Amino acid sequence: MRMLVVHCLDWPIVAAGVPLDVPAAVFHANRVVASSPAARAEGVVAHQRRREAQGRCSSLVVLAHDPARDARAFEPVAAALDAVTPRVELATPGQVAFPTRGPSRFFGGDEALAARTRSAVVAALAGVGDGEGWSSPPVHVGVADGAFAAGLAAQVALGGRGEEVRVVPPGGSAAFLAPLPLATLGQPDLVDVLGRLGLRTLGDLAGLPGPDVLARFGALGREVWRLARGLDPRPPALAEPPPDLTVSVELDPPADTVAPAAFLARGLAEELHQRLWARGSACTRVVIGAETEHGEHLERVWRSEGALTAPAIADRLRWQLDGWLQGSARHRPTAGISRLWLAPDEVLPAGGRQLGFWGSDAATSDRASRAVARVQGLLGTGSVAVPEWRGSRDPATQIALVEAEAVDLTADRPGAGRARVASPWPGRLPIPSPARVHAEPVAADVVDAAGRAVRVSGRGELSSPPARMSVGGGPWVEVVAWAGPWPLEERWWDGATARRRARLQIVPADGPARLLVLEHGRWHVTATYD
Amino acid sequence: MRSGAVSTTPGPPAADLTDLAELAERVRPVTLSREQRLPVLPALQDLVPGAGLRRGGTVAVSGEGGVGGATSLALALVAEASRAGSWVAAVGLPSLGLVAADELGVALERLVLVAAPEREAWGSVAAALVDGFDCLVLSAERGVRPGDARRLVARARERGAVLVQVGGGWPERADVDLRITRSRWEGIEAGHGHLQARKVRVVQSGRGEAARPRRVDLWLPGPAGEVEVVAAPSPVPAPASSPPRPRRDRPLRAVS
Repeated sequence: MRMLVVHCLDWPIVAAGVPLDVPAAVFHANRVVASSPAARAEGVVAHQRRREAQGRCSSLVVLAHDPARDARAFEPVAAALDAVTPRVELATPGQVAFPTRGPSRFFGGDEALAARTRSAVVAALAGVGDGEGWSSPPVHVGVADGAFAAGLAAQVALGGRGEEVRVVPPGGSAAFLAPLPLATLGQPDLVDVLGRLGLRTLGDLAGLPGPDVLARFGALGREVWRLARGLDPRPPALAEPPPDLTVSVELDPPADTVAPAAFLARGLAEELHQRLWARGSACTRVVIGAETEHGEHLERVWRSEGALTAPAIADRLRWQLDGWLQGSARHRPTAGISRLWLAPDEVLPAGGRQLGFWGSDAATSDRASRAVARVQGLLGTGSVAVPEWRGSRDPATQIALVEAEAVDLTADRPGAGRARVASPWPGRLPIPSPARVHAEPVAADVVDAAGRAVRVSGRGELSSPPARMSVGGGPWVEVVAWAGPWPLEERWWDGATARRRARLQIVPADGPARLLVLEHGRWHVTATYD
Repeated sequence: MRSGAVSTTPGPPAADLTDLAELAERVRPVTLSREQRLPVLPALQDLVPGAGLRRGGTVAVSGEGGVGGATSLALALVAEASRAGSWVAAVGLPSLGLVAADELGVALERLVLVAAPEREAWGSVAAALVDGFDCLVLSAERGVRPGDARRLVARARERGAVLVQVGGGWPERADVDLRITRSRWEGIEAGHGHLQARKVRVVQSGRGEAARPRRVDLWLPGPAGEVEVVAAPSPVPAPASSPPRPRRDRPLRAVS
């Protein structure tokens, strides 16, 4: 199908209200997801770590990843296109697509349509920018056979040749795509394998026989092969969904803020997903609709490259509500939303999801990371931490706590595996390790049978056998058994950080066993074998 | 006598009974929601009813009169579920020994630590976590309002999460109550050896399916670092184990 794609460059930066000539980058899970042209000129690129990015550009403005903000800012642009075509599809905030067949004939050809679309979008963007620091992003339009080729045409138009519109002639998508690198497919793993097989460009891939690609790389292989040939990713034999799959919910009282509506959105998305799932289907395009108290109808199509999961549908619904309800007064509906509905627009057989053989289910980590995000919202970002192995002798520092904000919980984390620590660390405590490690060591006293304080000599020997101990000024308890002292002399070559300690395991007659540390002549309980 | 009359009444024929049992077996749902359980280590299967942590249930772990081992037991309880893919959140346990958690078998890549929330925020934080995590290890050291605790238990039941409460101070009674009444370390003497293995006695009480009290002696951990059962649970007398037969290392040899 012939498609037109409008692409606004660096939309997440623009949506955050940062001018494009200021070096800025948007981070998610400590990695760059988008950067401004000024930042790219300094060497900040996608997937970089924050520290590395800030190392390259010290004046970098750090922005948080917020898809809802991006979608909200983009809503006026999508609304402006309603004047050009009855149906626009949002892929991601910043990129919108629609089929050209009808509008192209109406406006007199692809070039005329593209020019008209571009001017409508530029006008809409100028209208958005009433705040300080707003800079209109470069807008590029591509027209080609298939959404993938059209998207690339829009991006090639960006490619520095000063073009703002790129129209690939009908039937010319394959030739247009042929010289482009495989990385444009956005499948890093597959592209890596293909690269090692000697395939560099989309043309190389398109030249292979289709059945062989399918046999070797499966459904994903066939999909990218079809894309490389300028075809739609799946054969267009998509069944029209029957109308009963539409799910809707009444809002009483009508919602004029996002929160109550978003609360219902989740259930609605779940219901739609369940209905599709029961039929063995999944949807790649969903229509989000709303009706206000005054009878206004709002409708928007969201498209995704893969099948939309229930949380993905809920996200898009929430972004869209954000866009409708929190936009500028001109675009906002005049009354609260009284009804919401979701309709699957493009339904395909669900390919199913291969669950991990040993229960490593991606859905559970998704659920967990969502819950973590909510808790961070309630308590602050520093409140949630995940463990990561570090080499050390001390039970307190053998595993460090890393803020959950800085890691992606849904991805594999090698740092959480014991294999991370390769060096042996002689002088570690014997296992089992204490089940409680006190963040603040508790002062303690250890005395021998005569009541004299127990000391450790320079040769690492106890002055006398311990007989009683008291923790934190508490009552004295008899010592039943003890082991140690195990002296520990760390960083003796560096005067500032050198530490001399002696460690002692003590089993009292009453209560749990303790790990005591003597440093600067004072005993402390640093851990408890609870 | 009445009881004698009842016992002599002829019952339905045996064949019918087996047919009926077969039919009941066939129409039975595969799993009832209350039968969905998270796995536990083999050594702990005698300690919790149904040999697993019932989803939506609560387990309280404490040491009686200052006896140690509650934290280790709580970690050991969630270890197998965590290894099987469940996420575990520890709330309000800033002093949790993570190396010990790893040694007891908890998968650290699916463990999240949450700082102790204020009393006012406690309810909403715990509720948010119940939505996303299969196991919650909680401490009520900073105080929990009874209403919050009740709501949390109800929500956990609805979501199928397991709550493991460490230490006392909990306003609600748990489904399964595990108390450590005795704990003894092995491998350490006056100035010799080091802490190697710990024998604990765990007394289980509770309500519902856990109402029958049980007592289990556990190695927590044993000399090999694993959690093991020392003896069989006490209501059933331990079977006298036959002495191990001498192993023949060499093949039999013909003698005269």
